Amino acid sequence: MELDNEMSKVGQAGARRFSSIVLIVIIVVLALSLTALYQAWEAIQAGDLTGGYYLLIGFVGLALSTYMLLQTRRRIKRFTLETPPITTIIVCPKCEFKNVRNFERGDYILKDLGTCSKCEGTMMITAIYREVPEKRKEEKLYP
Amino acid sequence: MYIMVREIEGSLLRLKFIRDEGRKIAIDTIKEIGAPKTDPSDRVDQFMEYVTIPPESMDPAGVVWKLEHILDIRDDRFKDEIKLMAPAADATNVNNLENTLEAAAALNVIYKVIRHFYILGKKTLSLYIIMQIQMLLPLIMREAEAYASALKAFSHGQPIGDGAGALVAAKLMHGHRKKKIEKDCVVAKVPLDGRTAYVIKAEGPGGNVGKPGEAIKHVIEEYDGKIATVIMIDAALKLEGEKPGAVAEGIGAAIGGPGTEAYKIEESILKYKIPINAVIIKEDIGDAVSPMRKEIFDATEEAVARVNRLIKEKTKEGDAVIIAGIGNTIGVGQ
Repeated sequence: MELDNEMSKVGQAGARRFSSIVLIVIIVVLALSLTALYQAWEAIQAGDLTGGYYLLIGFVGLALSTYMLLQTRRRIKRFTLETPPITTIIVCPKCEFKNVRNFERGDYILKDLGTCSKCEGTMMITAIYREVPEKRKEEKLYP
Repeated sequence: MYIMVREIEGSLLRLKFIRDEGRKIAIDTIKEIGAPKTDPSDRVDQFMEYVTIPPESMDPAGVVWKLEHILDIRDDRFKDEIKLMAPAADATNVNNLENTLEAAAALNVIYKVIRHFYILGKKTLSLYIIMQIQMLLPLIMREAEAYASALKAFSHGQPIGDGAGALVAAKLMHGHRKKKIEKDCVVAKVPLDGRTAYVIKAEGPGGNVGKPGEAIKHVIEEYDGKIATVIMIDAALKLEGEKPGAVAEGIGAAIGGPGTEAYKIEESILKYKIPINAVIIKEDIGDAVSPMRKEIFDATEEAVARVNRLIKEKTKEGDAVIIAGIGNTIGVGQ
């Protein structure tokens, strides 16, 4: 338990340190890239050929810092546990009246749910499932 | 090495978050359905630290029965603990809570193992310790996320992908008289195309896998081995690239777990030289413990059709067959 708390502190401190270090690096790279771009602009105006190098450094730095910024944002966004929607299908086997609703605690497949509102039949849960949206990207990975 | 340590640290934080969420879900579920008189948090923490020591296998003779005995004691102990934590829970909810707490305990173990290697790697500054854990992290994270989904499914009593086999058996036995058999299983005598099918599954709708091996052995012995074939239906792990819910057929005891049930089935069919067929529904580890995907649910219909076809092709009228739907029957009645 003591070690757990220690790890918790290390982890939390690590997460904070990680974020602040990354942020500082991103800001420094961003500032340097903008400076390089400004230098490039000045050099090109003056007809100096080294402006091309500054331009290249500036754009690479800008792209890198933007990418890293997006990565840190993505990391923060992913820190949740998703609850997928679960569907319960209720069917009357006699008149085939179908009712689709969200899952409720106590539902189970083949559970009788009383008399059908359309006829005298017994309503029954015939299916409980979650639907996963198809990933088009995955299909491209293999033939 | 610095980058790898940082990566492990990030994953460890996520694991800790998942573990803590799991613990919270377990405690909330106990409070919601168990109406405990005292705060169950301490007992849940104790439960998450339970260890099961496997039997010594230096002399392997009889190790199956020793393992089974240990697992039975473990199961009874878990159920007793849950009854103390949640006195108002009925049998179905006790089973669901047991599964919920087991998933929470699994998350705790994963977190602690990764934390162990992380701290050990940092203490020893060993690149190899850090590297091996960093290389395995994507698979470990996948498993942890699967357990996190399982936890929610168990706490709500939703059917999971692993229950595909049990669902096939439930569809076949629905509307027929069921009899309780052996530990937490039910059997129904179902007429199928002039044959008599003894359909077996774990008793639902609580989270339960039962002892299908024991149940199959019981039915075989009851009919003096006069069984034309045994057909087992179970969920099986798919390979990457295969579609979830793909149905395949084969030979052998389609059952996972620690191996005690598979052993009993193999012993029984060998004694009477009974052929055994398997129908498997493919899914990945995430789908197996998460709420059942539509593709897997739809695949159970195909599995029913395959079972019917197998019976027609492999047996003749008047024969007796055993159909066993294997898997956790949470959220599946009969």
